Parts: sequence; structure tokens; C-alpha cells
Amino acid sequence: MNVFWSDWSAIDTWIVITAALAAMACALPGTFLLLRRESLMGDALSHATLPGMVLAFLVLNAATQAGWLTPAGMTAWRHPALFVGAAISGVLCGLLAELLQRWGRMEPSAALGVVFTSLFALGLLLIRTWADQAHIDPGCVLYGNLEMVIADPFGQSGIPRAVVINGAMLAVNATLLLLFYKEIKLCTFDRDLARSLGIPADRVHLMLLAMTGATVVAAFESVGSILVIAMLVAPPATALLLSDRLGGVLIGALIVAVVTAFGGHLAALALPVMLHRWAGAAEASSVSTAGMMAVVAGGLFLTTWFLSPRYGLLRQRLDQARLRRRILSEDILGVLYRLEELRPAAVPGADNASLAATLSVAPWRLWRALSRLTQRGWIVAGGQGVILTPEGRKAARDLVRSHRLWESYLAKHFVIPDRRLHTLAEAAEHFVGPKIQEALAEELEQPVRDPHGATIPPSTAS
Amino acid sequence: MDPFLFLESLTLAETEWARVLLLRDYNTRIVLCGTMILGVASGVVGALMLLRKRALVADVASHAALPGIGAAYLIMEAIRPDSGRWLPGLLLGATVSASCGLLFAQGMRHIRRIKEDAALAITLSLFFGMGVVLLTWIQSLPTGHAAGLNEFIFGKAAALLASDITGIAIAAVIAVSVVALLRKEFCLLCFDAEYAHAGGWPVTGLDLLLTALVIVITVVGMQSVGLLLVVALMVLPPTAARFWTDRFDPLVWFSGGFGGAAAALGVLLSALVPKFAAGAVIVLSGTFLFALSFLFGSQRGLWWRYRAMSAAQRQIAIDDLLRACYEILEPQLGSIEELTEKPLTQAALLETHRWSPKRLRPLLHRAELADLLRRDSQGNWRLTADGRRAAIQAVRYHRLCELYLIHYADVPLLGADRTADAFEHSLRPEILEQLEAMLEAQSPRFSVPANPHAATETVARTPRPEAVS
Repeated sequence: MNVFWSDWSAIDTWIVITAALAAMACALPGTFLLLRRESLMGDALSHATLPGMVLAFLVLNAATQAGWLTPAGMTAWRHPALFVGAAISGVLCGLLAELLQRWGRMEPSAALGVVFTSLFALGLLLIRTWADQAHIDPGCVLYGNLEMVIADPFGQSGIPRAVVINGAMLAVNATLLLLFYKEIKLCTFDRDLARSLGIPADRVHLMLLAMTGATVVAAFESVGSILVIAMLVAPPATALLLSDRLGGVLIGALIVAVVTAFGGHLAALALPVMLHRWAGAAEASSVSTAGMMAVVAGGLFLTTWFLSPRYGLLRQRLDQARLRRRILSEDILGVLYRLEELRPAAVPGADNASLAATLSVAPWRLWRALSRLTQRGWIVAGGQGVILTPEGRKAARDLVRSHRLWESYLAKHFVIPDRRLHTLAEAAEHFVGPKIQEALAEELEQPVRDPHGATIPPSTAS
Repeated sequence: MDPFLFLESLTLAETEWARVLLLRDYNTRIVLCGTMILGVASGVVGALMLLRKRALVADVASHAALPGIGAAYLIMEAIRPDSGRWLPGLLLGATVSASCGLLFAQGMRHIRRIKEDAALAITLSLFFGMGVVLLTWIQSLPTGHAAGLNEFIFGKAAALLASDITGIAIAAVIAVSVVALLRKEFCLLCFDAEYAHAGGWPVTGLDLLLTALVIVITVVGMQSVGLLLVVALMVLPPTAARFWTDRFDPLVWFSGGFGGAAAALGVLLSALVPKFAAGAVIVLSGTFLFALSFLFGSQRGLWWRYRAMSAAQRQIAIDDLLRACYEILEPQLGSIEELTEKPLTQAALLETHRWSPKRLRPLLHRAELADLLRRDSQGNWRLTADGRRAAIQAVRYHRLCELYLIHYADVPLLGADRTADAFEHSLRPEILEQLEAMLEAQSPRFSVPANPHAATETVARTPRPEAVS
């Protein structure tokens, strides 16, 4: 890594700062888009802002030609005008989609698709027809020129303009969120409740839309649409896997956004060098930083999906495996108990082969479960193979009691054929705790025998 | 461009129009043919995607194809320099990576927290990011020029070649014939996937097949007409067709037709007007067709719905007016026949129903035209015979609803009037019959139930009638 650090310069610092600010500014409205299930809005806006930009440019051009603006004035007004034009057409896109949804009863994604493809085509047509000289390079809008932020300082200070714009946008978003946190939250999660409480839900929605539009447009120019699309959805989605509270998700999204910006730039610096050195690929001067950040954002999301403590794939699999192990152990106890019950005079216990056949499990699973049970002191070697210890017998009796109580309960209250009772109880017995046992016994008036005539063992607690 | 020049280019010599419209131009013929075939195929497939509520999957597929194109280029260059732009190889790369992207999005459906739209957006940004990284990398290679790869993003509809058409036609024939062959299965999938699953249909397989069709069309279309156009052609025609029909088969074929029509319209326009880029004009033609359908579509068009709604509102206003007339006259009536003989003043009407004079005047005028009210010599209003019948009916419906609300829905007496106002106009005849039977126990005056508000005590004392079976 030392190679990259030695090359690190002020330019790199500014790139990371710009990207981090833009990403944080996007993550805030992005969280609400995600919660409202409008995540594709980022992609839609990145296309829909084109006609607004072109029209703003044309208006400026016309004004200059008519003599209302000097060429110097035009350069000064260029950025604000493009910003306003793009923001207006972005908000228009959201409003039109909403309108089509309401009046045409269209599905949200279809409405969005209709609007943004049309607006983008309109923008392209305007460019080709009237603004050939406009220097609006679609590629530049796409990839952004993050690498060049330093070349465009704000006034006399050395701070890049993009940092100021995106920082201001972040501040505006954060302020609006803090001011209207309660209203926005309510409108996001329960629009009807919000409306019945007298909160103007439509206006709040419009505010969010304007916020999204302005943020996205501010970020486009400096970091490119690809990064904006990624930053609107990936950090909030990552945070959503980690937190259950809106505040937590928002803060998490901000942190993920910063990490993404830093990691993305690092990866963009490292990747070509690494590929060159280890894979023998041809030397390439650079890859798109914005694109790399989008990849890192996706990668962070995937990593979180695997490792998240609550919703992670790994956690799910571990929980499932643990449950499966518990069920198998309990089943073994049940089999041993029933054998003792069935043949009180015979040599107690069972060997591995017959257990594996009865429970139809793979030998290695059985072996693992048996060793765990031995460790807990519930079974010991003896008899025909393994036998229950007094401790183990107690646990087994508990389980069989659950099983038979459940059978009796099902038989009393539901019309279920007798042979199905056992299968159903087999599944339920592992989840009937002492409380439910007690309730069942009370409901069935302390039964002694189950529907098949077997004795229901007494409660182990008593 | 100067507006006059633009107008001039529109009013070209007649020969120019004829040349374009009669397709004398070989190039126009090729482009028209290719885009129309693509339009029909993507319209057909897009209709299924719309019904499956996945209209934007094509958008994601087209973005997700990008890294495949870059990777295919790099691999082919590594194998043999200067072979990187071999088209079938690039298309294969695009197909593989688009498929990976959509499978990835499908896999994310297993996370409870992440909804479908977020899964699609994350896939899009991740794959598109990879694509951008690869393309910028290729661009910066000493040997590489990404020129030609960019066409995948922005398209080159106007420069289609005869060889492109073969590819498009094959893809289109495959797509349309698969849809035609599996019509029933797709229909089931689109309308009730769970039922299809319970019925033993391979829902996952069908979904994958549908996704594969989308990918094929997207990849072929991207290469020939550009990323945006192919997405638009999958979204615009089906949404437009949805306003014309509520049935599956017509929707699919209408959608195909709209796709073809949009392509034809766009190509012809762009051939007629110089500087009109074909891709953008095709999309805008699709938008035009959509707007037309949205406004005037026979099934759910805004215009027809507006007409129906304002007609209903007019009818409701007339009903309210007649009811007001009846209620004003009611205290003075000896028998129901006298209804036509008593005069009504405009002031009394204004007082009863909180109409503004501005609203009442056209209302009275309309009632007069419909021969429900007439003016007598003193300038007062009187009900005609028709008006009497309509007024009795309106009052009857209103009171039946009110009584029902008071007796069965436990609506307080004061609220019943307003609540009944809201739904008395939209009751079906069988329900009214039931209400009548239910309230027969009360001997009504003039076959109109008594006003429950005037006779609060009697209503309160009447035993609650048994419910009608």
C-alpha cells in the first residue's frame, strides 16, 4: 500500500472530500427514496435533467445574442442557470410521474419510465437540433469530472467550487431534515395518518422531491450521474441492513457514504497498478474514480448483506444450522426415551446405525449431535450403544410431554386424521416451552393419555 | 438553428416528401425496417413486463450489459490484438453480464429489508459502475480506443446496416414466437403468479424465460439503436396500449403495434427533417402515442373519464335540486298530486341547499331544459310532471339511505343526512329493492318514507326492523 500513500497529494484529498460531501448530500434524500420504494428515481433524474440543462443553455445563448448579456456575464451565469434548469426539469419529472400515477392509475415504475425516457429523448433532440455548439458532452454528465475538481476553485480561495456546492447542499438537506424530521418521518411511513393529523403530506412530498432534485443536480456536475445513482441507493440500503430506526439509518448512511468515497478513490488508484503488477495487464493511466466509488458502494452493500448481525446472510445460515442441530439432538433424546418406554425389560439404548436409520440423517451429523449430547452429560455410552443419563431423561421426558400434549390438543380442537397428528406434533414439539405446556395441560384438564393411548409423562418441573 | 431555416426544411419540395414517404431511399428503408421490427418485438415483450410490474427491468438490463461489453473487449484483445471490436463477441459479453445483473437482482429478493426497486437500483449502480471503470480503463490503454463501444450507450439508429437487421429480425422472431407459444402461461404468470405456482406451473422458469427475452431484445436493440431507445420502446408502447384495452391478448398486440408505429413515425420524421436524430425522435413519437392514449384511450383515457365524471356530477346536482324542491314543498302538501301545483321561489331554494346564486342559476336552467321545472307567470318555479316523478324518486332514495344508516350502521341522526348524500346516487337497483322491502313496515306517506329528521320521535319509537335475508 505504501506505493499509493507516497503518491497521495492535495488533489487526492480534495477528490475524496468532494466525493464524500456529494455522497453524504445524496444519502439523506436517498434514504427516503428507498423507504418510499422509489429508488430508481436516481437513474430517472439523471436522465430527466438533460432537457432542463439544454433549455437553460439555449436561453442564455439567446440572451447573449440579443445583447442582454455580455460574454463575461454569460460565463458567470452559466453554472447557476444550468443548475436551475436541471433542477426544474428534475422536479418536473417527479411531478409528471406522480400525475400519471394518479390520473392514469399507472404503476409507479412504469410512470417513471415513461417520463424519464421521454424527457431524455427531448434533451437529446434539443442538443442535436439547436445546441450542437453547447459543449454538453453526454459522457461528461455520465462519468463526471471528479479528477478535475481542483482546477475549478471557488473565488480566490483554494477550495474547489464543487466542495462548496456539495457542502452547501449537504447543509441545506441536513437543516431541512432536522426542522421537519417528524413530518417527513410520518409522511414516509404512514401518509394517511399524516394527512389525518393535518400534516400537508403532498407538500412534504414536494419538498422531498425538490430536495432530491437539487441535491442530485448539484452532485451531477462534480461527481457524475453514475456516482449519484449509486449514492442515492447504496449507502441507505447498507444502513437499512444495520439499523431498525430512521435516525440510525440516516447516520449509518452518512458514514457509509464517507467510507465509500474514501475507499472508492483508493481502489481507483490501486486497481490499475495492481492489475499491471500481478495480472500482467497493460499499464493504464487511470480508471474512473466515480465508477470505482459506485463499485465500492455496491461491494460494501454486499459485504454488509453477508455479515450484518441481524439481517445478514451469514447470520441467517448460522441460526438455521443451530436450530437444525438443536432439533436433531432433541429428536435423538425422544427416540431413546420412547425406546425405554416401549421395551422396559430389554437392554436400553440404541446404536448409531439404528439411530441414523430412524431419524434419516447423515452419519456425520448424527455423530456430531451425539458428541454434543455426551458433552452436555445427557447421554453416555452403554447398553446397546448410547443410553440416557438421568439429566438426559428429564429433558427427553419434557420433550415427549410437549409432543403428546400437542397431539391431544390438536385432536380435541381440530378435525385431523390420527396419522397426521404425529407429523404435526413432531414439528411443533421443539417450540413448546414450559409456559405453553402448562397452558395446554390446563386447557386439556391435565390429561394422562394422548390420542394414541400413550402416557403423557408428568411435568418435569413438578 | 434559425427558426426560418427550420420551417423551410419542413416545407421541402414535394419530391423530397415523396422520396421519403415512398421509401425510395435505400438507407431509410433499412432503418425503417430494422427499428420497426425492434419496436414490435420490444412492445410485445414490454407488455408482459408491464403486467408483471417490472417495467424498468429493461433499463437495469441495459445498464448491466456495460461491464460485459468492456470485459469482452479486453478478453478478445488479450487473445488476439485488434480483434476487440468483433460484434458477436461483444454481444455475448453484454448478454452474459446483463443476465448476471438480473440474476443478482433476483437473488437480492431474499433479503426481507430490500424491496424490489432497491434491488434493481443497487444492481444498476454496481454493474454500471463496473462498466464505467472498465470503459475508462480501456480508453486509457495505449492500444485501446473505446470508440465504437460508446455507440452502445448512445446508439446509431440512423446508421443501421443491412447486416444489423438480420440480428434484429432473428431476435424479434424468437421473442414474438415464444410469447405466442406460451401465451396462456405468461398470462397466468402476469395476473396471478401465486395461483400459477399453486397450479404447478414453473413460475421461476417462466420468469427466467421472460427475463431472457428482455435481455435478448435489450442487447440487440442497444447495439443498433442505443441504450435509451430500447428502454423507451419497452416502456412506452405497453403503457400506451394499457389505455385502450383491459384484455391480455389485445394489450400485447396493441403494444407491439404501437412500438412499430412509433418507430415508423420517428424514422420518417427524422428522414424528413435534417438534424432530427432518429433515436430521440422515435422515443418522442412513442411519447406522442402515449400522450394520445393517456388522454383519449377508450378504456381509461382521461378525457372519457372526465366526461363520465362530469355527467355524473350534473346528474347528482339535478337530483339534489329536485330533492330540495320536494323538501321545501313537503310541509304544505295535502296529497302527492299537489306537488306540481305549489310555486317555489329562488330564495327558498338558495336557503335550503347552501347553493351560491351563481351555481343555482345554470342548474335551474338545465332543469328547465330537461323539462323538469318550469317557470310560471309570476316568475316562480314549479315542478312539471316529469320533475315530480324524478323528485319523488330522489327523495325516496335519499330517505331510504338515511333510514338504513340510522337503523343498521348506527350513524347518528345528525350525520345521516350528509353520509347519505355521499352514496345515495351510486346505489344499484337491487340494493334499493332490499332497502324498500326492509322499510315496508313503516307505512310511508305518498310512497316516500317520512323524513326521519322531522319525525324523530316516531322513528325512535319504531321497533328496529328485522334484517332482510
